[in-house]
Amino acid sequence: MSLPFLLEIGTEEIPDWMIVPALNNLQDMFQVLLDQHALGGLVNSVRATPRRLVLRADGLLDRQADSEELVSGPPKSAGAGAASGFAKKMGTSPDQLATQSTAKGDYYVFTKRTQGQAAASILARELPHLILKIQWPKSMYWNGKGSERFIRPIRWLVALLGSAVVPFEIAGVQSGTSTAGHRLLGKSSILVTASDFDEQLRTNGVILSADERRAKIETEIAALLEGKGLHIKPDPDLLHTLVYITEFPTPILGSFDRQYLELPQEVLVTVMRHHQKYFSVQDASGNLAPHFIAVMNTNADPDGLVRHGNERVLRARFNDARFFWQQDQKKKLADRIEDLKSVTFQAKVGSYYEKTQRVVELVKQLGGDKHAQRAALLCKTDLTTDMVKEFTDLQGIIGGIYASVQGESEEVAGAIYEHYRPIGMEDWLPTTPTRLLVALADKWDTLVSCFNVGLIPSGSRDPFALRRAAQGVVRIIVEGKVKFRFSNTNDELRNFMRDRIEYYFRDVRGFAYDEVRACMASTSGWIDLIDLEDRLKRVQKLRPTPDFEPIAASFKRIKNILKQAEFQLTHALDVGSLEQGPERDLFDEYQKSLGQPLESRIGPLRPKVDLFFDKVLVNAPDPAIRRNRLALLHSLLQEFSTIADFSEIVTEKTS
Amino acid sequence: MSKPPTFQETVFALKKYWSDRGCIIQEPYDVEVGAGTMAPETFLRVLGPEPYRVAYVQPSRRPADGRYGENPNRLYKHQQLQVILKPSPADVIDQYLGSLAAIGIDLHKHDIKFEEDNWEAPTLGAWGIGWQVMLDGLEITQFTYFQQCGGIDLDLVPAELTYGLERISAFLQNADSVYDMDWAPGVRYSQVRFEDERQFSKYNFELADVQMLWQLFDLHEKECQRLLKTAPDVVLPAYDQVLKCSHIFNLLDSRGAISVTERVGVIGRVRRLALGVAEAWMKQSAANPEANKEAVA
Repeated sequence: MSLPFLLEIGTEEIPDWMIVPALNNLQDMFQVLLDQHALGGLVNSVRATPRRLVLRADGLLDRQADSEELVSGPPKSAGAGAASGFAKKMGTSPDQLATQSTAKGDYYVFTKRTQGQAAASILARELPHLILKIQWPKSMYWNGKGSERFIRPIRWLVALLGSAVVPFEIAGVQSGTSTAGHRLLGKSSILVTASDFDEQLRTNGVILSADERRAKIETEIAALLEGKGLHIKPDPDLLHTLVYITEFPTPILGSFDRQYLELPQEVLVTVMRHHQKYFSVQDASGNLAPHFIAVMNTNADPDGLVRHGNERVLRARFNDARFFWQQDQKKKLADRIEDLKSVTFQAKVGSYYEKTQRVVELVKQLGGDKHAQRAALLCKTDLTTDMVKEFTDLQGIIGGIYASVQGESEEVAGAIYEHYRPIGMEDWLPTTPTRLLVALADKWDTLVSCFNVGLIPSGSRDPFALRRAAQGVVRIIVEGKVKFRFSNTNDELRNFMRDRIEYYFRDVRGFAYDEVRACMASTSGWIDLIDLEDRLKRVQKLRPTPDFEPIAASFKRIKNILKQAEFQLTHALDVGSLEQGPERDLFDEYQKSLGQPLESRIGPLRPKVDLFFDKVLVNAPDPAIRRNRLALLHSLLQEFSTIADFSEIVTEKTS
Repeated sequence: MSKPPTFQETVFALKKYWSDRGCIIQEPYDVEVGAGTMAPETFLRVLGPEPYRVAYVQPSRRPADGRYGENPNRLYKHQQLQVILKPSPADVIDQYLGSLAAIGIDLHKHDIKFEEDNWEAPTLGAWGIGWQVMLDGLEITQFTYFQQCGGIDLDLVPAELTYGLERISAFLQNADSVYDMDWAPGVRYSQVRFEDERQFSKYNFELADVQMLWQLFDLHEKECQRLLKTAPDVVLPAYDQVLKCSHIFNLLDSRGAISVTERVGVIGRVRRLALGVAEAWMKQSAANPEANKEAVA
C-alpha cells in the first residue's frame, strides 16, 4: 500500500530570510529518513508561511518489507551441544536449524526473519529529532532552561500518514489533525485531512504557496498602478521579504506630499524600503513619484485605515529626514574635517581624521588630481551628519549629495558619492578615473592599516569587511584600468591579496585555476594586475593550440632538472662551448626569437626542445659542460617565465 | 464614530487588561532608567525559578533623543508600558492581540505584522529573541522572549511586552505630533510635558557639568562595588547604583563627552556592575527562596 504523508510545523512568526534555507534543510533530512529506513516515498513539496513549515511526501510504504537473513552457526562436527547453543542465541529450537555444505564442511545455519516496522512508528520515533535538527542561524528556548530549541516557539503539529495521525510530541505539543488559520482572517483551530489541508488553509486566510503569494502581490500592484503611468522600482529582495512575511498579502497604494520630493531620492527610497518595507513608485521617465506600495498581511483595507496609517508614519519619517537635512546644512562638510578626530575608524588604528590624512596622501602618490585630493579630504565627513547617523546605509551617498549642494565640483561630489563602490561582485564601479582612484585609495588604506595592527579575517570572521575591500581593490584596478602596484604590504596582506586575486580571476572571471596559478607564479608575479590579466588572456588563448601543453610539460621538466641540480647561475652561458646539433639548434632558436611574442615562438621552439631532451644528456660527466647546459635551460626558462610559470599548468603527462 | 481614548485612558485600559490576566500592577520605578527593562521589576524578577507577572508604566529617559520639544515624534523621555509574563503562556500572542482590541484597535480593519527584532542590552548582559510589532507600518510594541539577563541563562523564559505609549496613543488619536494629543480630556500632552522636554534637552545637551558627571559615575560605581563586596544580601540598593551609572553614562554621551574609544570601556564598567548584581541576586534568592515567593503571593 502506498500512502501520502503530510507534516506541518506550526510556529510563531519566523524571520522571513530564514525560511527558504530551513525548508530545503527539512526536505533533505526527510528524504534521507525515508531512504535510510527503506520506507519508499519521495518528498513532493515543501512550502511555508511565516507561521508554518509544511512538507508533503508521496508513495510511502505503510510498513517496511520483511527481511530474511541466513545466519551461519557452528560446524556440524561441533555436536548437538553447540547446535542447541546456537539455536538459543537465535531464539529458536535446534529442530529449526538447517545445515549447509561448504568447502570447509557442513555448518548449522538459521534463516532469521525480521518483520518490517510500521512506517507510522518509525516516523513517530524519528520526527521529533528531525524537526529539532533543522538548522537556524539563531535559535531560542521557550519552555525553561534546558528545553528544546527552535527558531520560534512551536505551537502546533500536524502529522498525517494517509488518514492516520503519526503520534509524537515536541516541547509539550502533541501532533494531531488540528491546524491554525491566519491570525485575523481564519479560525485558530481547524481540523484537517491530508486532502483538504490546502483548501482549509485557503478558506482560513492562508495562501500556502510562496509562488502564489508572489504572483498575487505582483498582479495586484500592476492593477493598482494601471492607467496611472506609474510603475514600481523593481526590488526582488524586498519582494522576497514580503512574500515570506505574509500569509495573505494584499498591496495597497499610498501617497505622500509632493513637497518631500525636494529631499534626495536616495533618502526617500531608503526610508521607504529599509524602514517601512515599501516599494517606491516611479513615473514613466524613472523619476520618483509621490506614492508608495505597502503590502499588508490581510485581505482588504475597507475603510482606508491601513493606507492612512502608513501615510502618517511615512510623513513622520520624511519630516525627520527633512529635519536632519536642514540641521546638516548648517555646517558644511569642509568644516567637519576636524570633527572626524572624535570618530573612531578602528580602536587600534585610530580616528577617521587620521584615515583621511592617509588617504589624501595615497591619492597624491597615485597621481590624483586636485578633484581627487579634495574628494579624499571630504569623503568621510558625512559620518558626522545627522542624516548618516540615522541612515547609515547612505554614507558616501549623503556626502556626495551635500558636497554638490555646497558648491563642490561635480567630480568631487561624484567621487565622494561613489567612493564605497563597488559593494560586492555584482555592484557597479566608480564611473570616472578620478572617482576610481579615490575609491581605490580608501579601500587600500583600510586593508593596509587593518593588517598592520593584526586585524586579519579568519574563516567566516571578517568584521571589517576586508574581503569585500580587497575584492573592490582588485575590480577597480582590473576593470577600471587603474595603474597601481602592490607595495607596502606585509606577508599576511600579500597572502591575503594573492588569494583574493586568484579567486577573482578563477571564480569571477572564469580562467582555469592552473592558468591563474601559472601566470601569478611568473617572474612578473601579480604586482601589476592589468599586466596579469593581459598575460592570462594570452595563455588562455594559447592553451588549446597543439604545441602548448607539450611545451608546458617540457618547462616543468626543465624546472625539475634545475631544481635537482640545485642550479645557481654562477657562470654566464658560454655560447662557444655549445655542442653542434640539437644543443646548438635549441640555442639558435631561442636566440632568433628573442623579443618576439610568446605566441609565435612556441611552435618553432617545441621540436627543438623535444630533440634536445631526446639526444642531449644534460647531466654530462664534465662539470663545465653540465653547467653550461643547465645555463642554457635556465635562460630559456627565465625568458618564458615572465609570462607564466608553465610548470604550474596541469597537462595530461603531468597529471 | 466615538471619541478616541485619551493618553491616560489608554494607559488605564492596558493596566486593567493585564491586571485581569494576573499581573501585579506596579508603579514606575523612581530612579532614572532608559527603558522599562532596567527597572528591577524586570531586570531582577526575570532571574531565578519563581513565576512572576507584572505590568507598569515606566517613564524612560534617553537624553540623546531629546529635541527641545521641537520634533513631533522624538522625546527625551517617553512612557513605556512594560509587561512581564514569566513564564510566557502558550497563547501569549493571542493575549497580546487581545490587549490591542482592549484599547480600541479593531484588528480586522488594520494590518499587523511581527517583524524579526532581537533585543539586546550590552550594559545589562541581557538579550532575547522576538519581534517589533508593526501596526499599519508603525512600530507599536517590542515583543521579546528573554533568554539571558545579567549574563545568566534564565530558568523560565519570560515574555516581555514593551508598548510605546506615545506612539500608540498618537495613532489612536490620529495626531501627527505627540504634543497635540490629549493626555486627559481637555489637556494636551504638550501642556503636561513640553517644558520637561525643553528644559531637559537644554540641560542634557548644553548645561550638564561633565566633570561632575564623571565624578558621580565614579562614586556610584564605587558604592556598588562596595555593597557587592561587603553586603551580599543588600542587592537592591546596589542595583540602584548600576542604574545611576547607566543614566550618567547616557548624560555624558549626550554631552558628547565620551569618545568612541572610551565608550566600549565605560559600557564594560556598567556591565560588570550589572553582572555582579545579577549574580548576587541569584545567590540571595537561592539562600532565601521564601522571600521572593512571599513577595509574589
